Amino acid sequence: MEWIVPFTLTVITASTPLLLAASGELITEKSGVLNLGVEGMMLVGAITGFAVTASSGSAVLGILAAVVAGTLMSLIFAFLTLTLMANQVATGLALTIFGVGFSALVGSGFVGFAIDPLPALSIPGISAIPIIGPILFGQDFLVYLSIAAVIGIWWFLVKSRAGLILKAVGDSHHSAHAIGYSVIKIRYLATMFGGAMAGLGGAYLSLSYTPMWAENMTAGRGWIALALVVFATWRPGRLVAGAYMFGLISVMQLHAQGAGIHVPSQFMSMLPYLATVIVLVIISSDRAKIRLNAPACIGQAFRAAQ
Amino acid sequence: MVRLEPRRQHSQAMVYLSPVLAILMTLVVGGIIFAFMGKNPFDALYTFFILPINNSYGISELFVKATPLVIIAVGLAMGFRANVWNIGAEGQLTMGAIFGGGLALYFHDSESILLMPAMFVLGALGGAFWGAIPALLRTKFNANEILTSLMLTYVATLFLSFLVHGPWRNPEGFNFPESRPFPDAGLLPIIFEGSRVHLGTAVAVFVVIAGWLLLSKSVIGFQLRVVGKAPQAARHVGFRQKRMVWFTLLLGGALAGLAGLFEVSGPIGQLQPSISPGYGFTAIIVAFLGRLHPVGILFGGLIMALTYLGGELAQITLGLPNAVTGLFQGILLFFLLASDVLTKYRIRFGSIAAKGRTA
Repeated sequence: MEWIVPFTLTVITASTPLLLAASGELITEKSGVLNLGVEGMMLVGAITGFAVTASSGSAVLGILAAVVAGTLMSLIFAFLTLTLMANQVATGLALTIFGVGFSALVGSGFVGFAIDPLPALSIPGISAIPIIGPILFGQDFLVYLSIAAVIGIWWFLVKSRAGLILKAVGDSHHSAHAIGYSVIKIRYLATMFGGAMAGLGGAYLSLSYTPMWAENMTAGRGWIALALVVFATWRPGRLVAGAYMFGLISVMQLHAQGAGIHVPSQFMSMLPYLATVIVLVIISSDRAKIRLNAPACIGQAFRAAQ
Repeated sequence: MVRLEPRRQHSQAMVYLSPVLAILMTLVVGGIIFAFMGKNPFDALYTFFILPINNSYGISELFVKATPLVIIAVGLAMGFRANVWNIGAEGQLTMGAIFGGGLALYFHDSESILLMPAMFVLGALGGAFWGAIPALLRTKFNANEILTSLMLTYVATLFLSFLVHGPWRNPEGFNFPESRPFPDAGLLPIIFEGSRVHLGTAVAVFVVIAGWLLLSKSVIGFQLRVVGKAPQAARHVGFRQKRMVWFTLLLGGALAGLAGLFEVSGPIGQLQPSISPGYGFTAIIVAFLGRLHPVGILFGGLIMALTYLGGELAQITLGLPNAVTGLFQGILLFFLLASDVLTKYRIRFGSIAAKGRTA
C-alpha cells in the first residue's frame, strides 16, 4: 500500500492548477462574461511567476507577480469586450493566441533555468503521521489556497449579498442595471478575479508542478478548466470533484507504466482530452440542468440605454 | 469625456478601413516591442515585413504559406458567420494529413495518376470526419463545439505522433519519428518552376471563388448570413440551426483536411510529428482579418503568411525568438476586434449633448 501516498500527492498537484483557474473562471462566468482566454492567462502567469522567482529568488514575489500578470491579461479582455463591446468568443481566442506568443517570447530567456520548488508547509509531529500526515498536512501553500478559494467562492455566491448582486448581473443585466447596479463595473471586477486566479494556476505549474518553464507548458489545462466550469454546472462544490477527477485521469499515464499497463504513451496522454469531451457530452445533454444553472446573459454584450 | 454613440447603419467605410487601421497599430506596437528588446525598430520591422518579399523566391514562399491559411479560413468564416465556433481546424488539418498521407504510404510504390485525386478525397474526408464529431456532439448532446473541437485537436496531434513513432515509421529510415517519403505520384505538382508553389495554391484560389459564390448566390449562403446576424428571425422563418452546425463543421473540416493533405504532399513530402506551425489557429485570425469574406480572406492570408516569413527571417538575422510571430498575430487580432467598434459606433467627445440623435 506504500504507493498510495505518492499517488495521491501527484493527483493533488495535477488537480490544483485546474481548480485555481476554474474557480476564477466560475466567478467570471457567473457575472455573465465568457472569457475563453484562460489558457493564455495561465501561460502568462506561469512565465511571470517563474521569471520573477528565478530573478529575485523569492517565490512570494513570483506568485504575486503572476497574480498581477493574470489580472492585467484579463483587463485587456475586459476593456475589449466590456468597454468596446467586442465579441467575447473572438476576444478570448485572441487573448490565448497573444498569451502563447507573449509567454514564449519572455520565456525564451528562461528555458533550462532551475528553481527550488515551492516548499511544503509542514507541521511538526502532525505531518509525520503515516499516510494522512503527508497528504493532508504536507502540501505547499497554493494547494491550501485552492481549497480555501473554493470555500470562499461558495460562501460568496450562496451566503453574501455581493454574490447575489453578481448573479443578478449575470442572469439579467438589464434588470440589475435598472435597480441601479453598475453592470460594467461588476463585470470588470469578476473578469479581473478570473484573471488573477488563472495567473495563480499558471504560477502553480511553473513553480510547483514542474518547477521549470517550457513553451506552452499548460498543454490545454486552461481549456480543460473552462470545461470544468460547465461540468460543475457553475457550482463550486462540484468544481472540486471535477478538478480532482481530471487530476486523477491526467496522472494515470505516469503510473500506468509502473503498473505494467503497456499502452502507447500517446494514447495515455489523450485521456484528459477525451475525458473532457465525454464529460461535456454527459453534462450538456441534460439541457434543463444547463439552462437552470448557466448564467442567462453569458457571452452577451451589455450597453446601458442612454 | 469620450463616449460611443451607436450608428444607425454599420459604416461601410469602416468595414474596409478597420483592418488597415489594425495593421498600422500593430506595426506601431511591434516597433515599440522591438525597441524594448534592444533592436532598432525600423530595422526590425523592415526585416519582418519587407525583406522576406523583396525577391521573387520570397514572394513564392508567401504563396506557399498563405495557401493553407486561406483554404482553412474560408471554411471557418462560414461557421463564424453562423455563430458556429470551430476552433479545432488544427486537428482537422492533422486528420486530413493522416487520411490522405496514409493512402500515399499504403501505395508507396504506386505510379498511378489516380493516387493524387484519391488522396484529395481522403484528405477532405479525414478533416470532415474530425469536424463531424463536434457537429454530432453539439446537435445531439448540446455540447459546446468550441471546447470539443479544441480537445480533439490534442487527440489528433497525439494520434499522428503515435503513427510516426510506431506503425508508420519509415522501415528504411534511421529510426527517426517520420514516415517513408511519399512516392512521386503522391506529391503535388509544382506550378511555378524553381519555387515551392504547388497545385494547392491554385486550389486555394478556387476555394476563394467557390466560397464567394456560395455565400452570395446560394440559399445556404443566405441562411448563413441571416442566422449570424439575426438568429431569432432565422428561427422564425424556419432555418434550422442544426443544419448550419453540420454544414459549417463538415465544410470547415473538409477544407482544413485538404489544407493538411497539401502540406504533407507538398512542402513536407512525408508524415512527421509536426506538420503545421499552427496554421489552424492562425486561420482564425485570417478569417477575421478578411472580414469573414472569402476575398478579404485572400488578402488576410497573404498578410498573416508574411508574419511567418518575417518571424523566420528575424530569427536568423536578428536572433529574435520565433515566438514574436505569435505575439504579432495576437496583437493584430486585438486591434482588429477593437477597431471593429468603429463600424457600429461613432466616437464622440464631450458630454451627452447629442442625446437626441442616439435614439
